[in-house]
Amino acid sequence: MAHNSPYLLKPASVRSVMLRVAAALLPGIAAYVYFFGAAILVQLALASATALAGEAAILALRRKPVWLFVSDGSALVTAWLIALTFPPVVPWWLTVTATLFAIVVVKQLYGGLGQNPFNPAMAAFALMIVAYPLLMSQWPAAGFADFHTQLGLIFGERALDGITMATPLDALRTALHSEENRATVAAVIAQGASFGTLGGKGWEWIAAGYLLGGLWLLQQRIVTWHMPLAFLAALGLIAGVFHLINGDQFATPLFHVFSGGALLGAFFIVTDPVSGATTPRGKLIFAAGIGLLTWVIRTWGAYPDGIAFAVLLMNIAVPLIDMHTQPPVFGHKKGDGA
Amino acid sequence: MLRALFKFNGGVKPQTHKLDSVRESIGQIPLPAELVIPLHQSIGGTPRPLVKAGEKVFKGQMIGAADGNVSAAVHASTSGTVKAVEMRTMAHSSGLGTLCVVIEPDGEEAWIETRPVAWRSLPAGEVRDILRDAGIVGLGGAVFPSHLKVQGSRSTKFKTLIINGAECEPFITCDDMQMRERPAGVLRGAAILRDLLQAEEVLIGIEDNKPEAIASMRAAVANLGDTARDIQIVPIPTRYPAGGAKQLIRVLTGIEVPHGRRSTDYGVQCFNSGTAYAIHEALEFGRPLISRIVTVAGNVEAPRNYEILFGTPMRHAIAPTRAKPDSDRVIMGGPMMGFAMPNPDVPVIKATNCILVGSPALFPPPEPEMPCIRCGECAKACPADLQPFELYWFSRAKQFGKAQEYALFDCIECGCCAYVCPSHIPLVDYYRFAKSEIWDREREKAAADAARERYEFRLAREEREKQEKAAKLAAKAAETRAKLAAEAAATAAEDDPKKALIAAALARAQAQKAEIQPDNIEQLTPAQQAEVAEIEARRAQIREIAHTPPENKP
Ligand code: SF4
Ligand code: SF4
Repeated sequence: MAHNSPYLLKPASVRSVMLRVAAALLPGIAAYVYFFGAAILVQLALASATALAGEAAILALRRKPVWLFVSDGSALVTAWLIALTFPPVVPWWLTVTATLFAIVVVKQLYGGLGQNPFNPAMAAFALMIVAYPLLMSQWPAAGFADFHTQLGLIFGERALDGITMATPLDALRTALHSEENRATVAAVIAQGASFGTLGGKGWEWIAAGYLLGGLWLLQQRIVTWHMPLAFLAALGLIAGVFHLINGDQFATPLFHVFSGGALLGAFFIVTDPVSGATTPRGKLIFAAGIGLLTWVIRTWGAYPDGIAFAVLLMNIAVPLIDMHTQPPVFGHKKGDGA
Repeated sequence: MLRALFKFNGGVKPQTHKLDSVRESIGQIPLPAELVIPLHQSIGGTPRPLVKAGEKVFKGQMIGAADGNVSAAVHASTSGTVKAVEMRTMAHSSGLGTLCVVIEPDGEEAWIETRPVAWRSLPAGEVRDILRDAGIVGLGGAVFPSHLKVQGSRSTKFKTLIINGAECEPFITCDDMQMRERPAGVLRGAAILRDLLQAEEVLIGIEDNKPEAIASMRAAVANLGDTARDIQIVPIPTRYPAGGAKQLIRVLTGIEVPHGRRSTDYGVQCFNSGTAYAIHEALEFGRPLISRIVTVAGNVEAPRNYEILFGTPMRHAIAPTRAKPDSDRVIMGGPMMGFAMPNPDVPVIKATNCILVGSPALFPPPEPEMPCIRCGECAKACPADLQPFELYWFSRAKQFGKAQEYALFDCIECGCCAYVCPSHIPLVDYYRFAKSEIWDREREKAAADAARERYEFRLAREEREKQEKAAKLAAKAAETRAKLAAEAAATAAEDDPKKALIAAALARAQAQKAEIQPDNIEQLTPAQQAEVAEIEARRAQIREIAHTPPENKP
């Protein structure tokens, strides 16, 4: 059938959007490999293969055009986010299960591309950290980059002693919560081998890599400034306020921004269009909500990082946020007397 | 002459494709073998045919008289013989028929007698009638009868007249060429409108990708001296759809006219530059609107602008530009908002600003439609500040009430959203579908209301008759019983309340009718009406199929 106007279309596609998002992750991944070895590449490959195969299988079952959707790149981005938010030395089956859960249950069972109310990668992260809290907390120490040992951890027996350690966020939270509350932020950081200048040793460089990629996405107009800024500002602001009130008990805003998944989250997770708010004001509220919740969960929660839960909680609120933040239509702005 | 300009949100910058059709001057096209002039070429009522088959007509002779005030007359575009007044395929993708006057030209081009109108000494109402009878309608594509726009608002003082020379759609250059070659006519038209509307200032907005038109218009302003007083040529940034009336008003004055409000309520009125020229022709020379400049472009060897008589078959107009062999369709209008024609033989009409020849290479079929990923690109591009993906969702789910709540009717169908959508969703198709469905429902409802109105009127009449009967009986009784005469008089006096009752019923029905017209279904363009008619036809077909006994089915 002949199509109707507009006959001119911008050369844009879901695929090109997704592939550029994936490309923007590359600087962060490069830093990751540099500081923590090639294990992450194995995980990325595992997750990608699982996501594509899982998506193809279920598309075939749902009698949808398999190649059209598998090649749209969205499954790939989800897979990469899973690999990048999980510890790089989790056993292979954990990555595979998590990816299948994200693609099959969270994405496809809700109707596939564009239909899922929850961020698939974050739903998978939340599920796995609840199901396997120990495996999900074993992060390698910086400088530990022996590929052979890493492969052993991923595919074989697990002998983790001395190889992994708590992440900076985790270390800080555990220390502050125990020892009769006598530890201070400064003391913990001074003692801990895992701390760097801004965040965790090595991790801060990876975060910088994500920041670089994120800025490129901004320049490419794939993400708007609203979400990253609101998320980081909210996280930094609440961290700053509490740090000012009690610097011994609460880490600095910079530490929060450069630790854990904050910068990855700011540009790549919070900004997931499908499960996020869509109006300009809604985006600000949505992302700021995630920032606040992230800090709360990091500070008082039981898990190493709070972004996943914060994102899922705000995903629930999206319909409400969108409904109440509809921008004024042309000519119907306040003060127009219309 | 720097003016502070304003911005509208959204908009896109597609490739303009304008350079090829401005190389040569505005051309003429030989007379075709026959001219097919549709009577219905503007918003509003279909003009009544004034001629019959066999009649001789002169060039410029009125052949269709405006039907009521919301309508505009139609004229013979050349002299010749009326061959028929019959249904012919209209210039709309539906391929529906419309009543046309078919003229066989005699080649004489013999004009009716024309004489300048002494419009300055005529009352405003009379000037409006003259414009209506000269068939002047908006030539930017909206074909709204211009005479209805030549009056201010009762509540607001009129300030700014805007002449729209933005011409933002790709490929189209007819206004550009007219402003280059005939700037004085456009300016004189603008001056007439300025005086009719008593505007304080006239702003002629031209996109800054037309430096030649801007220069030519500026030179003409200087030449015309006092005639062109208070007229300013304002270059505006090139961004589609800067030529949308509301967008242009916004850019030039900062005022946002909401949907459903007249711009005159804000002291502004906007005319297309071609319309200004036509008004000048009509009043200064007494020539009605019988032709217009049309850009013939797209998949042709020699794109160019031509002055084309209404009724000329598009095929005839395309011929001198030599369509390339792989051409597969003819589009009326630009690539953003145009419509594919059912065949190349449909006539050029007042709404035809561009005949765009398409091919699979020039306008490739869109890639497969993907689900919406809620990326918000469409919302960023929407000049009406809508959330197109929400409208898409509601239209698709046939939640028309919701779609209206999200301001479906504020959508100007500019196509920016579909242009940017990475999922290649034909968004505007969904809005057109939803709008036509809603219009059709409104119409059905209006018909039902009219029926109810008749019913209520009958009830009221029966009630009145009953009471009259009672009154007569009472009168009889009064006759027989003379002492009750006073009572009979009282009953007769009840006649007035009865009338009031009927009036109240009528008023109620009318109020209801007014209520159900949030988007005036009487002011649709012929194209929009065709879409509604298409839906009607589809439904009728469905009904027919449903009512056909099974054994009759093929
Ligand atoms: S541009 Fe297309 S995919 Fe993106 S939100 Fe709009 S309709 Fe959905
Ligand atoms: S077609 Fe309608 S919804 Fe789409 S961009 Fe234009 S005005 Fe907005």
